[in-house]
Amino acid sequence: MATKVVMEALSPTMEEGRLVAWKKHEGDAVASGDVLAEVETDKAVMEIVARTGGTLLKQVVPEGSTVPVAALLAWIGNPGESVGDAGAAPVPAQGPASTGPASGPARGPAPTEKESTAVQVQAKESASTGTESTPVQTQAPAATRAPGERVKASPLARRMAADRGVDLAAIAGSGPDGRIVKRDVEEAVAGAPAGVTSGAAAAATETGPAFTDVPLSPMRKTIAKRLVQSIGPIPTFYLTTEVDMERAHEAREALLATGDGKFSFNDLIVRAAASALRQHPWVNAWWMDDRVRQWRDIHVGVAVAVEDGLITPVVRHADRKTLREIGAEVRELAGRAREKRLAPEEYTGATFSVSNLGMFGIDEFTAVINPPEAAILAVGRIEPKPVVVDGVVVVRRRLRLTLSCDHRVVDGATGAAFLKTLAGMLENPLALVW
Amino acid sequence: MAQQSFDVVFVGGGPAGYPGAIRAAQLGLSVAVVEKEKLGGVCVNIGCIPTKALLYSASMARVVRDEAKALGITTGDVTVDYGVAMRRSRQVADQNSKGVGFLMKKHKIAVISGTATLASSKTVKVGGDTITAKKAIVLATGSRSKGIPAIGLGINRTTVITSDEALFLEQAPASLAIVGAGAVGTEFADIFHAFGTKVTLIEALPRILPLEDAESSDAVTKSFRKRGIDVLAGVKVVKADVSDRGVTLTLEVGGATKTVMADKVLMAAGRAVNTDGIGLEAVGVKLTDRGFIRIDPTTLATSVPGIYAIGDVAGPPMLAHKGTREGVHVAEVIAGQSPHAIDYTNVPSVTYCQPEVASVGLTEEQVKAAGTKYTVGRFPFSANGRARATMDTDGFVKIIRDAKYGEILGAHIVSGHASEMIGELVMARTNELTVDEVDFAIHAHPTLSEAIGEAALDSLGRVLHI
Repeated sequence: MATKVVMEALSPTMEEGRLVAWKKHEGDAVASGDVLAEVETDKAVMEIVARTGGTLLKQVVPEGSTVPVAALLAWIGNPGESVGDAGAAPVPAQGPASTGPASGPARGPAPTEKESTAVQVQAKESASTGTESTPVQTQAPAATRAPGERVKASPLARRMAADRGVDLAAIAGSGPDGRIVKRDVEEAVAGAPAGVTSGAAAAATETGPAFTDVPLSPMRKTIAKRLVQSIGPIPTFYLTTEVDMERAHEAREALLATGDGKFSFNDLIVRAAASALRQHPWVNAWWMDDRVRQWRDIHVGVAVAVEDGLITPVVRHADRKTLREIGAEVRELAGRAREKRLAPEEYTGATFSVSNLGMFGIDEFTAVINPPEAAILAVGRIEPKPVVVDGVVVVRRRLRLTLSCDHRVVDGATGAAFLKTLAGMLENPLALVW
Repeated sequence: MAQQSFDVVFVGGGPAGYPGAIRAAQLGLSVAVVEKEKLGGVCVNIGCIPTKALLYSASMARVVRDEAKALGITTGDVTVDYGVAMRRSRQVADQNSKGVGFLMKKHKIAVISGTATLASSKTVKVGGDTITAKKAIVLATGSRSKGIPAIGLGINRTTVITSDEALFLEQAPASLAIVGAGAVGTEFADIFHAFGTKVTLIEALPRILPLEDAESSDAVTKSFRKRGIDVLAGVKVVKADVSDRGVTLTLEVGGATKTVMADKVLMAAGRAVNTDGIGLEAVGVKLTDRGFIRIDPTTLATSVPGIYAIGDVAGPPMLAHKGTREGVHVAEVIAGQSPHAIDYTNVPSVTYCQPEVASVGLTEEQVKAAGTKYTVGRFPFSANGRARATMDTDGFVKIIRDAKYGEILGAHIVSGHASEMIGELVMARTNELTVDEVDFAIHAHPTLSEAIGEAALDSLGRVLHI
């Protein structure tokens, strides 16, 4: 019987995709794992791969057209097999979910019945075709839950996920009503890119679960309610500090002189922020509407300007990576971000973000929070300035950092304490290896 | 009526076909069920239901005979009459079959009496009539008892019988050899022994109830031997001499031979699926190597578009409740829904002899063979207060759990009420609850089901009551 190829939810936020180009023609033989078509999503150009072998019988959607997730794209079957009305009716087009709560860029809209059906089929088929080696194929179906929505998972799945460092909120369930079951966790572990899995698993063995959900105290609830009434859905406030970067500059020059790899000041800031977050769990957190999720893992999103917008690739476990690793990773991710070749898990799941406009000559600015994250750090340029040191005016390299804080999670003192730790680390880079 | 047309035609009104028909009708489809005998199929008429009635008689006979005095009840001489028990079992079966008829009427399902033959992928013939299925034909033709003619044990319905005949005997035979100690053979051994028959239970595999956990088999073997049933496992029947007065079986045990004489032989070694004479070849419905109809487990579709198969003909396990699930599933598939996949790893298995044996998931042997690291938790009913109070101290609960995550890999219960208790563990496994959740659930006291919580605790090394 012919098998349907449908528009897959290639990212958590994807509701529709534009079929850029067919990579197989009608009548071509396809093997499971072959790239069938390129699809442009809201974030990137990605590949639809065959989940079964056979012959591409029919391309249902022409190049250039935009179709919703779960819509029928093509049929794969035996040569000469009839498709279309003989098989099941094509999946009806489906619009964006209209009832989902306002959702941040990191998470998707509430799942609709159609979507979860599609994901279920996807999971089932990937189980039957075994593990393939193409990135999209092996990737576990992305979750389509609204922020704060309850994650349904079996006790066994929860236990396995905690043990193996899998974030249940990030995977889709194949059980009834999208419940995450054992198989889904196993597929997520098997399918996640090696770096992510081993890192996450290592984190789990070292520190237990990847996060702690903290219920809201009555005071936090009231703070949240009043602030939202006052200045909008994310009550943000800003804290600015100026950091002396002389010693960081010296350290960087000395390291670069060894000729062994490259790193930027921004890489240093990412690394320092990650270390500082380890001491300030309230800043490394998500606002989940009914609770605050304090992450034990530290994943830092680094904003990257791309041709027609902005994307935030994520440096996972940034607190456990060396400067050299962070430097190489940011450059590699940013490069692929500009080519729109990032996989969804590479730009979702950050626990904190850094945005740097120093290279554009900006002294200081305020960055907009990437919900559900609780804070974002805006980095200005490093500039020589006259400052008073020990009663004498001297010229020093200075940097202005501004932390945007979601006041529902981070209070003024909390944010200030974090910035103080961060500034201390940058002013004395040895603290990073202490 | 020369020609009739329905959305869906179910061929067979047994425990797979009739619930499927009801579900299809609920989903707004027009439905017909073709049944050549009685609604409810083997299960209701000559299987599950009447045997449960007879087992109840057997169980009560034992209680009255063996336990009444200790319970403070004085009886005179206790006599048993299989004919009376048999007639009650027929009433129960007939009531159930009528109940199915009522359900068909309630859901406006056409019941067509006769034998259906596939005429095309869209039509079946019943007698001279052609019935058209606009959306689907569902084959639910079931299975039947079979003999082993190759060794002289073809069914003759007098001395070589099957459950079909045993269920209608007017009196219990003086002696009976039962070939095959699966659920059917074991249950009849229990029934006839209680009615005074000298029973020999013969199994070719090394133990009776060969699909159950070895500890369950051992518990039933012990109980049977204690009450005087001759249990012969790992024994091959090589020859049978059948006369009109009885049967002499020649058995091979290890290297030696042995003969067993009995008034009758009851054949309970497997069942044959009803795939002959229904036109499968004509329309191209393919079979598996083992003779079942080949299906896609997701949709239950056969190799011919528009034709589906459910129940015993669609493959093992040949259990009514597995067929019922498939019936409901196929109806939803045909109505265009995407029902959740059938969980074939969580089909419970129950044998209703005394003590009953119930299980779900893997046996310890299977877990060992799979190389999984596991721990076993056990709790004997002899340590359970309610069991002592009600003289139900035979048996145990055994839970095999994954060593790392506590997943319940297999659960086995031997008890007078095992069939009613296994549901908790089926629910747990189906929803991936681990032994911790089973323990965490508060079990009412005093109940037999406390033993389930205790077995879960035992697997965690914290059993309370032993």
